[in-house]
Amino acid sequence: MTQSVTADLEDVESFRLRARAWLAANMPRLVPGQANSLEEIGRINDAMWPRARELQRLLYDGGFAGICYPREYGGLGLTPAHQRAFNAECAGYEMPLVLNTPTFSICGPTILDMGSEEQKRQHLPAVIRGEEILVQFLSEPRGGSDLAGVTTRATRDGDVFILNGSKIWSSGAYAADWALCLTRTDWDAPKHRGMTMFLVKVHQPGVQIRRIRQVGGGDEFCQEFFDDVPIPASDVVGEVNGGWAVASRQLFHERNAVGGGSPYTSGGGQRRRGPGTSSLIDMVRATGQSGDVRVRELVAEAHAIGRIQQQLIARVTAGMLSQQLPPPSAAIMRLFSGESATRLAEIGVEIMGSHAAAADDAASVGYGVSFLARQAGSLGGGSTEMARNIISERVLGMPREYAADRDVPFSQVRQGR
Amino acid sequence: MDFDLTADQKLFRATTREFLEKEMPLTRVRELGASGVGFEPDWWRRGSELGWNAMTVGPAAGGDSISGEGLVDTCIVAEEMGRLTSPGPLLGVNLVAAALGEAANAADHAEVIAALVAGEAVASWASYEPGRGWAPLTPGTRAVPDGEGYLLTGVKDRVEAGDQADYFLVTATAPDGLVQLLVPAGAPGLTVTPEQSLDLVRRYARVELDGVSVAGTGVVVPADSAQAAVNRQIQIAVALQCAETVGAVQRVFEFTVQWAFDRYSFGRPLASYQALKHRFADSKLWLEACLATAGAAAHAASQQAADADELASVAKSYVGQRATDIIQDCVQLHGGIGVTWEHDIHLYLRRATVNRVMFGTPAEHRRRLADILGV
Repeated sequence: MTQSVTADLEDVESFRLRARAWLAANMPRLVPGQANSLEEIGRINDAMWPRARELQRLLYDGGFAGICYPREYGGLGLTPAHQRAFNAECAGYEMPLVLNTPTFSICGPTILDMGSEEQKRQHLPAVIRGEEILVQFLSEPRGGSDLAGVTTRATRDGDVFILNGSKIWSSGAYAADWALCLTRTDWDAPKHRGMTMFLVKVHQPGVQIRRIRQVGGGDEFCQEFFDDVPIPASDVVGEVNGGWAVASRQLFHERNAVGGGSPYTSGGGQRRRGPGTSSLIDMVRATGQSGDVRVRELVAEAHAIGRIQQQLIARVTAGMLSQQLPPPSAAIMRLFSGESATRLAEIGVEIMGSHAAAADDAASVGYGVSFLARQAGSLGGGSTEMARNIISERVLGMPREYAADRDVPFSQVRQGR
Repeated sequence: MDFDLTADQKLFRATTREFLEKEMPLTRVRELGASGVGFEPDWWRRGSELGWNAMTVGPAAGGDSISGEGLVDTCIVAEEMGRLTSPGPLLGVNLVAAALGEAANAADHAEVIAALVAGEAVASWASYEPGRGWAPLTPGTRAVPDGEGYLLTGVKDRVEAGDQADYFLVTATAPDGLVQLLVPAGAPGLTVTPEQSLDLVRRYARVELDGVSVAGTGVVVPADSAQAAVNRQIQIAVALQCAETVGAVQRVFEFTVQWAFDRYSFGRPLASYQALKHRFADSKLWLEACLATAGAAAHAASQQAADADELASVAKSYVGQRATDIIQDCVQLHGGIGVTWEHDIHLYLRRATVNRVMFGTPAEHRRRLADILGV
C-alpha cells in the first residue's frame, strides 16, 4: 500500500474522538431500520449514487475523506488504524458506501500505485471530493477468469488510440465517470505482453451502456460497447503494452477489497453478502424459534463466521504488511468471503424455512432472494476457483496450471465463440 | 502463531522447540504410549524450568510473563507441544495455577502454586461428570458444608492426567450455589481409576469422591463468584487447547504440502494436479482462519476482555471442526500410508480429535455462543 507517513501524525485516539464529535454534528443519522451497510441494503439503487456524491463532499469538507490517501492527492495521509477507528465511529450514520468498491478500494489505489503524476492529480482529488466515480472495465463477454485474454482492441492512431470491443460485469458503470479499461494493443506479442490499461471517460460518443438485471432483481451490473472511441495517449496508465502490470496491481487491490481487507474503504466496512447476525437474531425471535436448539446453533455459526472473517482479515493483513505472507495471500481473504457468503445464505434459508419462499414481509423473502444470488459472492471480484489457484500456486508455490497460450503470439491463440 | 511476536517470545519459542525436539521426539511419544506412561515427572519438571507454568498465573501470585500477556505466552508452549503431540499436563497445571492465583485466598495456596510452577506438582481441572456432555456450570457433585470447609460427594470423569495429578480443581453444587475446591489426590475417600484414552500419551481418569473432607483453606472460589471463575477457566482451557491444535495442524499441513511436491503419479508431482491444489488451498484457508481465531481468543482471555467468553466459543466451534477436517484431508492425500500405525499423522489426528471433543464440542460451543449472544 502506498501512503506517506509523516512524523507528526495525529494519534489514533485523538483522531477517533475528533471524528466522533464531527460525525455527531455533521453527518445525517440513519433512522432505525435503515440499512447500515451494503450487505444489509442488499441491492444498489440509482438514487444512491448522487446521494453518495453529496455525502462524500460532506466528509471532504469536514476533513475526513481519503483517510489513507496521501495528502498531495487530497487525502489525509493517515494509517489503516485511523481508517478503522473512523469506520468504527461511522456506525449509525448515513455513509457513501457505494463509493467504497471499486472507486476507493480498487481503482483509486491502482491509479495511486501505477498512474502518472498528472493522472493522480487529475483523478484522485476529484474522487476524494466525491466529484468522480470510478469503475473497472476488465471482464469481457468471452470470459471472466482468463483476464489476460482480453480482446477489446485499442489501435494507435497518432496521439490517440481507437477503442473497439465490449466489457461486462462492471458494477455501477452507468453512474461512473471514468473507467480503468484493459485492452489489447499488440496482437503479435504473447498475451500478457500486448495489453494496455487506459483511463476511459465513461459517458462519451461511441460508448453504449446496457444494464444487466441480476437474479436478485438488482441491475447494478453493466455491459459496455465501444465503437471507434478515441482515447488520448495521455490516458494510458503505466506503459503501452505494459497493461498486465497495472491489471495485476488492480487485482491485488480487488482481492483485498472483496476479502474485506482494504484500508481505503470508508464507513460501514466491506461489501459482504449475507445477513448480519443481529437481523438474523431478530428474525429468529420474530418467528418464535429462540428455543430451537438447531436454530440456536445455526445463528451462533453465522455469528462465528462474521467474527472469524474479521480476525482472518486482521491476521492476513498483518502478515502481508510484515512480509511474513506474500502479497497473493489476499486471495485467502477473498476465498473466505466467497465461502462464508455461501454458508450464510444457506443458514438464512435453513432458519427461515418456508417463509423464505412466501411471507407477508419482504425481509423474510429476502433470505430466499439472497439464497438465489448465493453464488454471486463466489464469482464477483474473481471467482473462488481463481482464488484457489492463486493460493496453491503463489502462496504455497505449487506448479502453475498448463496454459495453451503461454508464449504464443496472441493472434495465434485459439479462441472459442 | 501471531505475526507480531516480540524478540523475547521468539527466543522462548525457539528454546521450547529445541527442548521438545531433543527430549520428546515422536519416537519417544510412541514409546511412552506403548508403555502406558502419560509423561515422566522428571521430564515435566525440567520442561517447567523453561517457564512453562509460570506465565498464566498472575504476577501477584509469583507469576512472570514474557510479553505482559501471560496466557498468550503459554499458548506458545501449547502450540509447540501440538507440533510434536507432546505429553504433559500443561493445560491443567496452568489453568489451576491461574485459578489459585486469582482466588481471594491466593496466599493460602502459595505453596501449591510454587510447586505447580516448578513442575513438582501436577493439577487437573475436573470439569466432566459421567453420563453427561460438557456442563461445567451445573455439576451433580455435591458439597455439604462441614465447619469452614465441605464434604464432597460425586464422580468426575474424563479428568486429564487424572492418574498422575496431585491436585484436582473440583466444581461442586453447595446449598448456596457453585463452589470450587482444591482436592489433594491423596485425600481419604478419593479414588482414581484410569480410563481408555484416544491419545497415546494424554490420558484420562475417573475420580470418585466419597465424602471427601476439604478444609476451609481448600475453598478456591466461594459460592458467590464460582460462575465467573468457571467462565474464566473455560477461556483459559479453550485458548490453550486451540493453540495446541493449531500447532498440530500446522505441522501436518507442512509435511503434507512437502509430500505433494515429493510424491509423483503419472510422471508428475501430486502438487501439479488442480483437483488437489484446490484442496490444499481450502486447507490453507482453514488453517489461517484457525490461527486467526485461536490467536484472538488467546489475546481476549489474556486481557480479560469483555468479549473473551464469546471469542473462546467462536474459536473452539471453528478450530475444533476445521482442524480435523484439514488433518483428515491430509490423511486422504497421503493415500494408504495415511491410515497406518507406522505413519505419524495418526498421532496428530488423535490429538486434534481429543481437542475437538474435549472441553466442549464445536456444537456445544455453538450452543454456548447462542446463550452469550442472548438469542
